[in-house]
Amino acid sequence: MDDEPLKPAAANGLLDRRLFLKAGLTGSATLLMARAGAAEREPWMMAPGAGMSESSAPSRFETHIRRTNIQSQPGTTGSGASRTPLQHLDGIITPSRVHFERHHAGIPDIDPSRHQLMIHGMVRRPLSFSVEALDRYPKISRIQFLECSGNSRNQIAPEPVPARCSAIHGLLSASEWGGVPLSTLLDEAGVDPRARWIVARGADAAVMARSVPLEKALDDAIVALFQNGERLMPANGYPMRLFLPGWEGNTSVKWLRSIEVADRPAMTREETSKYSDLQNDGTARLFTFEMGVKSVITSPSPGLEMGAPGIYQISGLAWSGAAAIRRVEVSADAGKSWADAALDAPVLPKCLTRFRAAWQWNGGPAVILSRATDQNGAVQPTRSSALKGRASNTTYHYNGIQAWRISEDGEVHNVYV
Amino acid sequence: MYRLILVAGIFIATAVRAEVTPDLGEELTAQQISATGFTVWPDGEGLPEGSGNAATGENLYQAHCFACHGRNGENGINDRLAGGHGTIDSPKPVKTVGSYWPHATTLFDYIRSAMPYQRPGTLSDDEVYSLTAYILHLNGIVARDTEINATSLPQIQMPNRDNFVWATQQTN
Repeated sequence: MDDEPLKPAAANGLLDRRLFLKAGLTGSATLLMARAGAAEREPWMMAPGAGMSESSAPSRFETHIRRTNIQSQPGTTGSGASRTPLQHLDGIITPSRVHFERHHAGIPDIDPSRHQLMIHGMVRRPLSFSVEALDRYPKISRIQFLECSGNSRNQIAPEPVPARCSAIHGLLSASEWGGVPLSTLLDEAGVDPRARWIVARGADAAVMARSVPLEKALDDAIVALFQNGERLMPANGYPMRLFLPGWEGNTSVKWLRSIEVADRPAMTREETSKYSDLQNDGTARLFTFEMGVKSVITSPSPGLEMGAPGIYQISGLAWSGAAAIRRVEVSADAGKSWADAALDAPVLPKCLTRFRAAWQWNGGPAVILSRATDQNGAVQPTRSSALKGRASNTTYHYNGIQAWRISEDGEVHNVYV
Repeated sequence: MYRLILVAGIFIATAVRAEVTPDLGEELTAQQISATGFTVWPDGEGLPEGSGNAATGENLYQAHCFACHGRNGENGINDRLAGGHGTIDSPKPVKTVGSYWPHATTLFDYIRSAMPYQRPGTLSDDEVYSLTAYILHLNGIVARDTEINATSLPQIQMPNRDNFVWATQQTN
């Protein structure tokens, strides 16, 4: 095997995506055996380890893997965001303890026995549901991403910011969300046939409020109670949140308290003055809900320096708010040539998809990119086309291709191509 | 006959669907709903009784808003509330209530729900009307003594109102 020439798939060392399946294990197995043979019996093998416990925590050697870039509005502690350390994770599920946060007035400390979800407005019967009541409803669970509409916002800066993957793209997570289809509850309340919208409000101090088309509410919206198998984290909406697959994160209203059924949107502060997309002609687009097709290489990425030249795996995440990912291509020559990446199963709709590509880094400079295509045929745009038409300070819905430059000393930097 | 069967079929389908969900919601009374104070709509629906003007609002602003939003709604540590008129289609847009917001009613809805940041829910409806009036006044939209209430607030035409378009689904 070692004597066979490695088959190139694109320029500057990109190899066939099947390489790791064929050859990857051979190399690593040899390495492991060499280490085991040389090692003496380590201290942790000289006595029984710790006993069982009621709850696990990461290894003490991994406690530095935490949310990053925690920023809040001046004079506040809970009006801001924290980011998922994407470059330190693998697979597609975000551990709940590092799911990104975006709050508008902090995390409420909700007593679930006192929390109610009210459904009112244009319904036959206004209803109120306790957590206990919702626990008795038929539930569904799905693995789906959540992305803040302002994710990757610093890529609109005229010059690339020196930042890590989490700082740029970390307002992105994926979880298994479990709960009650909102359509079940709306059906019980009896929606007026003239209704077209719902207005969801949270039980936080900001009473976060967003209007959502009824069509989405009846399609795949859920009232989520569970996240990765356990009750929602307080930071992610405990004891219940709206979850709208594929849509900008703030519409999945956390700490969900009320749903008002209506024939028009409420034009709340969040959907008019904040999460609207100002264009450079002075018009502003309202209700741009769906998150566009997007991808990012999480490894290598800034802060994860390269070692010696040799075989590396390029790995990253791809997602689309509209559909499943069909294809991810990677380039090691700044986009002049591309090779298909392998997609890890499962490849789910409106979910993160893990992609991987084999790369022989020759130790020279390289610019690595990824480009995603979803099942609808939508292709991730370049940075310049993603910025086209938008006002200079519009930070929402940026999904341009991310470029990382690898220098000869193995450092990785955010660059524009 | 065919039509009769179809109607019967729909009836059965509806009945079955209703039967398999637990129906554990407790019915809310109109009083319980109105006590919660929900949405104030652009046409004024949902606005409570009461009123206020900018003259009253100025004192309230100094007490509750000044620390974060600055004198005259500018140069505060948080969101700028006033000015920026005519900048929205420029290379450096300045978004404020006056330069950007499409509806004056949103101001009442938001202040009542979420402000002041450290003590939301503590202002009376009259106080919210007064602060709404003052912020509109800072933007030159209403006079200092204009009474803002459930009738006058929805009639205010915000300067940037016509520049908002509803997006179709983004597909890229």
